[in-house]
Amino acid sequence: MPHQTAPGRGRSSRREFLKAGGSVTALALTIGFEWLGPARRAAAVAAGAAAFAPNAFLRIGADGTVTIIAKHIEMGQGAYTGIATVLAEELDANWADVRVESAPANAKLYSNLAFGMQGTGGSSAMANSWSQLREAGAKGRAMLLTAAAQQWKVPVEELSTEQGVVLHAASKRRAGYGELSAKAAALPVPEHVALKDPKDFKLIGRRPPRVDVPAKVDGTAQFTLDVELPGMLVALLKRPPLFGATVRTFDPAAAAAVPGVVKVVQVPRGIAVIAKSFWAAKQGREALVVEWDESHAEKRGSAEIMGEYRALAEQPAISARKVGDAAPAIKSAARTVTASFEFPYLAHAPMEPLDAVVKLTASSCEIWAGDQFQTLDQANAAKTAGLDPQQVSIHTLYAGGSFGRRANVGSDYIVEAVSIAKAHGADGTPIKLQWTREDDLRGGMYRPMYFHKLEAGLNAKNELVGWRHVIVGQSIMAGGPFEVMVKNGIDPTSVEGAANIAYAIPNIDVELATTKTGVPVLWWRVVGSSHTTFAVEAFIDEVAHAAGKDPFAFRRDLLAHEPRMRAVLELAATKAGWSSGPLPKGKGRGIAVGEAFKTYVAQVAEVSVDAAGQVTVDRVVCAVDCGIPINPDVIAAQMEGGIGFGLGAVLYGAVTLKDGRVEQDNFNGYRVLRINEMPKVEVHIVPSAEAPTGVGEPGVAPIGPAVANAVFAATGRRFRLLPFPQSAKA
Amino acid sequence: MSTSFVLNGAPTTLDADPAMPLLWAIREIAGLHGTKFGCGMALCGACTVHIGGEAVRSCVTPLSAVAGKPVTTIEGLRSKPAQAVQAAWIELQVPQCGYCQSGQVMSATALLEKNSAPTDADIDAAMSGNICRCATYSRIRAAIHVAARSIKA
Repeated sequence: MPHQTAPGRGRSSRREFLKAGGSVTALALTIGFEWLGPARRAAAVAAGAAAFAPNAFLRIGADGTVTIIAKHIEMGQGAYTGIATVLAEELDANWADVRVESAPANAKLYSNLAFGMQGTGGSSAMANSWSQLREAGAKGRAMLLTAAAQQWKVPVEELSTEQGVVLHAASKRRAGYGELSAKAAALPVPEHVALKDPKDFKLIGRRPPRVDVPAKVDGTAQFTLDVELPGMLVALLKRPPLFGATVRTFDPAAAAAVPGVVKVVQVPRGIAVIAKSFWAAKQGREALVVEWDESHAEKRGSAEIMGEYRALAEQPAISARKVGDAAPAIKSAARTVTASFEFPYLAHAPMEPLDAVVKLTASSCEIWAGDQFQTLDQANAAKTAGLDPQQVSIHTLYAGGSFGRRANVGSDYIVEAVSIAKAHGADGTPIKLQWTREDDLRGGMYRPMYFHKLEAGLNAKNELVGWRHVIVGQSIMAGGPFEVMVKNGIDPTSVEGAANIAYAIPNIDVELATTKTGVPVLWWRVVGSSHTTFAVEAFIDEVAHAAGKDPFAFRRDLLAHEPRMRAVLELAATKAGWSSGPLPKGKGRGIAVGEAFKTYVAQVAEVSVDAAGQVTVDRVVCAVDCGIPINPDVIAAQMEGGIGFGLGAVLYGAVTLKDGRVEQDNFNGYRVLRINEMPKVEVHIVPSAEAPTGVGEPGVAPIGPAVANAVFAATGRRFRLLPFPQSAKA
Repeated sequence: MSTSFVLNGAPTTLDADPAMPLLWAIREIAGLHGTKFGCGMALCGACTVHIGGEAVRSCVTPLSAVAGKPVTTIEGLRSKPAQAVQAAWIELQVPQCGYCQSGQVMSATALLEKNSAPTDADIDAAMSGNICRCATYSRIRAAIHVAARSIKA
């Protein structure tokens, strides 16, 4: 139900910020998230007509409430807070007056400037909107200043702003933004405005508390799971047991007989059981009898697929990067190093299983979802419903995690929900499609499996003279609207982090063999770097060892031309005490560095390995350069979380197939990191004046190789197969 | 068939299949949405509630099992430890996506209601059944220590 956080919530939050902000009176934070349910939406539109709305991102009410409209979803990475911080900074708003509202689906107003359509991903929320939001805030402020100057008949140059108030020092007059909103609304929007000098920032670089935290602590935050509309039904979908199988026949009788089941319908992706409650739908689905046609299904197992990949790595592939000529350089080298790495399918497994609510009529489709790709979802929903995209409206709610899962070009879960509503009769009955954890883990859209083969050559002086890297795996972008990004047979998401290897090597050859399987794949947090950074950073460690060099110094000396990457590497090493001497027996330190989405991250992991070979990650020191740090606390949180997410994957993560069937179906088979396995994490942020880049994903990439390299330092054993074996004992 | 119990301090009777998991009875019949569905098999802790002060996974607890018992959900938290936990969660800015956090808060509160000075090992034992895919674990641990200190202060 529509909810606003009550005033006075968050009293104890971030004392440090409140002190830094100089506003001890701002203790009563009223920041909240508004879910625009139908009733609330009408009210908001009405209120908006009377409010000052200089652009699509800002609305100031007569009561002084500053509503910032977020074009990006909040799925945990702090996007709402970052967006509000940047706009409120230039507006000189009082943080306690700021609220965030999610934007409707409207590609004209709310495109991700990095994508050319509305959507969130690629750690781009802050990077693409930085200038746009600063300008939006600055224009609003300029108009409020003009309104005050006209009202007081003084030159605008004599006015200043501070925390939501316009001040005239000479006459000691002051007016809140709310008081000036009506007058400002009548003014023309200026074409050009000056932006603040970063030295004057009051919010950016500080730690304003997250706008979403209070509601996420008392259970009032609204997720799709929590949407309840009058007459709403709940649907569960029985999907094929194999990827590519289809319904041959089905018998709805037993399912329909379950009390509470309303209807059993066939849709393109399977058979849906529509009921009055989740429990009835679940029992109905269990009772459902379906016979599947598996003749065109993928029936290979993971082991067979990986076997094919291994063989493909020995065949000629397509060049993704060529510098000099690596093959002869390696052949004539004084010493060569070779290794191969194997990566499994990975599920995103966000805590909120996929869900969407759809209200479909003959002329409209209203969607409630933790929607990550609004423009594509709008188009795909329209196509499924037989409507125009303009007839599809989307309420973007908080997502209980995504890690890429809700950003899929076929809009799988949205299309399913629309197709079920259509099969139900498109009669305006709201229908909530709910996935279970089993549906999630067996539902495909995995991080692809990959095989990597690497070779390197060292000359007599132990200098790295040649690097050859072959990658084998499925393309994420092929076969969808992003296929245009695939150039000359190279899907950039298959080779990012490898083709652009930062180390100064005179001969580099990176090749890609793209495979096809019936298993649907998708980007998974940090995308290509989720495997390429492991391969590169684990292998460069092997090369450093072969060269008899310290793994940190070996990397550093190859990064003279990459000052930002070198700086994070040095910062992490220094803070971790890399040169402080060896750790006790049974312990080891490992280092790794990477760049993803133009953010640089280095991590040093310290591990303990007990007599049984059990690996414990004790401590991780992380250095990050993401340009101007908008909110250091959010950045630190994303590094901490990225490390935990990445660590869980390398320790345990694997979706495996046997005869085409997924072997895992819940968190017992698909293990993820738990609190007792979380290392101590220290995050150090490099001060920067560069434009901000993303932090949601890059922290995930280096942790795997840093830990693998630390295990080698402790035991002499290299982990090259993911996930790691249960024991580091040979 | 109806089941009577005490929900957040109020005598409550829910007319539902007694085999229905408490999670869905709380969410879909009582209309309290703070308790979340994550796995349906007591593997993730998103659905944690208190039954007689014990942290219990409501997704595998049949409604019939709570007949006559006091059930507390995130909406009904009132105790001093609960308030300390929620204040510490805000102080340390624990949540990211937030979906698991009702369950985390419920498990942490149950811990502190029994043990006012938990060690890291106590925290591991009490909290390892609660998964957070955003891996907010460092802050959860720190926030429990902060909450414990604030209860004593």
